[in-house]
Amino acid sequence: MNVKLSLTVNGKAVAAEVDPRTLLVQFLREHLRLTGTHVGCDTGQCGACTIHLDGRAVKSCNLLAVQAQGAEVTTIEGLAAPNGDMHPMQAAFKECHGLQCGFCTPGMVMSATALLKDNPKPTEEQIRAGLDGNFCRCTGYHNIVKAVQSCAAGS
Amino acid sequence: MGANIANGIGASALRKEDQRFLTGAGNYTDDINIPGQTYACFLRSPHAHAAIRKIDTRAAAAAPGVVAIFTGEDLAEAKVGGLPCGWLITDVNGQPMKEPPHPLLAQGKARHVGDQVAVVIAETYLQAKDAAELIEVDYEVLDAAVDVATATQPGQPAVHDIAPDNVCYVWGHGDKAAVDKAFAAAAHVTTLEFRNNRLIPNAIEPRAAVAQYSRSEDAYTLHVANQNPHVERLLMTAFVLGLPEHKVRVIAPDVGGGFGSKIFLYAEETVITWAAKRVNRPIKWTAERSESFLADAHGRDHATRAELALDKDGKFLAMRVHTKANLGAYLSTFASSVPTILYATLLAGQYATPAIYAEVTGVFTNTAPVDAYRGAGRPEATFTVERLVSAAALEMGIDQAEIRRRNFITSFPYATPVGLTYDTGNYEATLAAAMKIADVAGFPARREEAKKRGKLRGLGYSCYIEACGLAPSNVAGALGARAGLFEAGEIRVHPTGSVTVFTGSHSHGQGHETTFAQVVAERLGIPFENVDVVHGDTGRIPFGMGTYGSRSLAVGGTAIMKALDKVIDKGRKIAAHLLEAADSDIVFEDGNFKVAGTDKQVAFGQVAFSAYVPHNYPLDRLEPGLDETAFYDPTNFTYPAGSHICEVEIDPETGVVRVVGYTASDDFGNVINPMIVEGQVHGGLAQGIGQALLEQAVYDPDSGQLLTGSYGDYAMPRADDLPNFKVDTQVTPCTHNPLGVKGCGEAGAIGSPPAVISAVIDALKELGVRDMAMPATPHRVWQAIQSARA
Repeated sequence: MNVKLSLTVNGKAVAAEVDPRTLLVQFLREHLRLTGTHVGCDTGQCGACTIHLDGRAVKSCNLLAVQAQGAEVTTIEGLAAPNGDMHPMQAAFKECHGLQCGFCTPGMVMSATALLKDNPKPTEEQIRAGLDGNFCRCTGYHNIVKAVQSCAAGS
Repeated sequence: MGANIANGIGASALRKEDQRFLTGAGNYTDDINIPGQTYACFLRSPHAHAAIRKIDTRAAAAAPGVVAIFTGEDLAEAKVGGLPCGWLITDVNGQPMKEPPHPLLAQGKARHVGDQVAVVIAETYLQAKDAAELIEVDYEVLDAAVDVATATQPGQPAVHDIAPDNVCYVWGHGDKAAVDKAFAAAAHVTTLEFRNNRLIPNAIEPRAAVAQYSRSEDAYTLHVANQNPHVERLLMTAFVLGLPEHKVRVIAPDVGGGFGSKIFLYAEETVITWAAKRVNRPIKWTAERSESFLADAHGRDHATRAELALDKDGKFLAMRVHTKANLGAYLSTFASSVPTILYATLLAGQYATPAIYAEVTGVFTNTAPVDAYRGAGRPEATFTVERLVSAAALEMGIDQAEIRRRNFITSFPYATPVGLTYDTGNYEATLAAAMKIADVAGFPARREEAKKRGKLRGLGYSCYIEACGLAPSNVAGALGARAGLFEAGEIRVHPTGSVTVFTGSHSHGQGHETTFAQVVAERLGIPFENVDVVHGDTGRIPFGMGTYGSRSLAVGGTAIMKALDKVIDKGRKIAAHLLEAADSDIVFEDGNFKVAGTDKQVAFGQVAFSAYVPHNYPLDRLEPGLDETAFYDPTNFTYPAGSHICEVEIDPETGVVRVVGYTASDDFGNVINPMIVEGQVHGGLAQGIGQALLEQAVYDPDSGQLLTGSYGDYAMPRADDLPNFKVDTQVTPCTHNPLGVKGCGEAGAIGSPPAVISAVIDALKELGVRDMAMPATPHRVWQAIQSARA
């Protein structure tokens, strides 16, 4: 029995009927073809699927799509300005070489932006603790931390 | 070398690939959807070792959405072959290694937890997964051989009938007699026994594939998360499916990390390629992370006894190493070569040890296949050498830096006793730089300060070397390689002078689209923005051996340089015609062809235009067009080397080890993009520190169940587990490739584990601790402290 779902994704109203066991990340990737949100594990630990739900960073593999009923969702595709200019966090990741293969990157950027929203001037330790829920296997986190610091300094 | 243009050689050019990765526009395999596609789910063995008496698929076949189900029997009937091993090792008795069949789907027996038993193809993934649960397999559970250290003992169950003692090969390397003689005369012998812990690669993108068959073209297209699509195609078509190579196109699009684990030809993508024609629908398969843990090739897993013989002054006389290497249940693509060719040949390290002998036993066990993981054999060799050196220094009361300096190779070329000839290096330079940056001089004060806080500080050294730029094909062939190891590059100059580069290397995070563009822009004197790099598609690229072994720039970059030479050579002839001069009078500088000694010149773009609009063109002696391909086979390996210094602080009350300082001074030869090189080092260090302190794949020794089968159990390094790194490069250019480059991708993972472990031991040495196993978890460290105090 499919369930009716309506929510806002990246500023646009979306309505759909979904199998109730559909995860939010599956809904984004498979129904809306927003493939920037990635799936790196099936246990809610890697953070590659991190998005913003009503302004909070959440792991979209840990929610059913129906739990986003009526919510405002932002994915990596919705982070840049409407004219295409990158969000300052995206720009900082590029400037500081905070990404390599790019797979963890969308989730990492979404976590990092939420982190600065909560704590605009974090210490290095707070940044590392704040990104604890996002795995990166390429960068050793060194340049990711630098990117967040650089973004915080610029904002 | 220095940049003559913006974003040329030596510049930290920002990466071209970042725009798409940062905005969600990356195109990874699971992002690809083909109309009409179905989904595959593999049913995997829950047992480490079991005879398969019967598989009943009737209920599953009747489940909603199921399109087809295949088992090992179906593949055998269709005469589909097994997965090949790409490297033949010949044992100490001159016999070939044991090569048991490696079926795509289990036939008769399952040999490790996660072994593929059947595949369900359905309209949706959930339907495929639901149906897979309805397949009834009648297993007869057998005893399992799990641990590499004991699997060869009498009475252990045999993984394969053709290897009743579970020995794939016993391989020897070096002069045993000379080594035994040197040991007999040694003033001091240091002996260590240790495990090089088993690791699970864990690229954050799980393996994935989408296979499609076109009836109109009678051809296949496979998108797959892979590091070497041409190798994948060659192995799959020629050795397994018996398909003509030109009818199969393999595309490795954006790939989310590899670290070796995506080199190999795996069963899953091979099965769905075969099945795509059978069901006449595209098929997608994406691994769940649990499957990655169970069925990606793992890394390391050695049990080693190593001895170093020294004279009274701490000069190394000889080294003797016995290693049992876990190969897992089947021989993965390069499994046999990793603990042999890529291991024992590196045991000289940076030192002039006159005699070395290594004996390696390759062992089958009922565990996932083990193959190359970042460093592949060289981290294991470095751990062996550097732990021996650090332990010897401690035992003999010699300073850690001093014992290394006394034994460094200082003149080049240098032929080691284990078969390699180092072309160049300066080991004193990297050690001196690392010691300065790490402020070794200030360490005693930091140790005292920590002591006042109740903490224990230690400093550990590692001076590593690696052999990269794989490889001279004839040398590799003589050692058993069943493939060449050259690289291909094509430079396609467009009529308006912009350039598309086609490379057989593959980028899965390394930034080739940027680095290779810098090389081309610099050489042609054209804007970096006018160069695009295409990789990962057998349909567009002439050929390629792919990316692993830190080979891309040294081998792939050289192929590009050779193709550029051809472009410039042809351009010179075109320019000579346009400038009405002799070919030999034309020089190419800063993007212009010039008549030497005059102010007559023509820009590269004009020459390109002439090549495609050949109105005024030497058609009588030159073909139109400007598109050149080169294949390059290296003449030697490259030898990146460096010194790493790790500083740790240990809380003796909890056993928690914190890396408080990490310095790496590396010699990668010339550096094209320092920003990217630093990033590569950072990532390698994280994996090496992960190995030393956190990561370990654990199988239950009796049942063979993988106990670390999720991120809840396998300790991946997180942001707050790691420090900031201090990295530095020293340069001795490689002597045998035109860029003078050596490779940097694996260095961090190779150099760091012994530096970390030696630092832990240094911190605990005053308590009497002399050894520490990897990973040095809080529990292990705390126990070592307790037993030392007892």
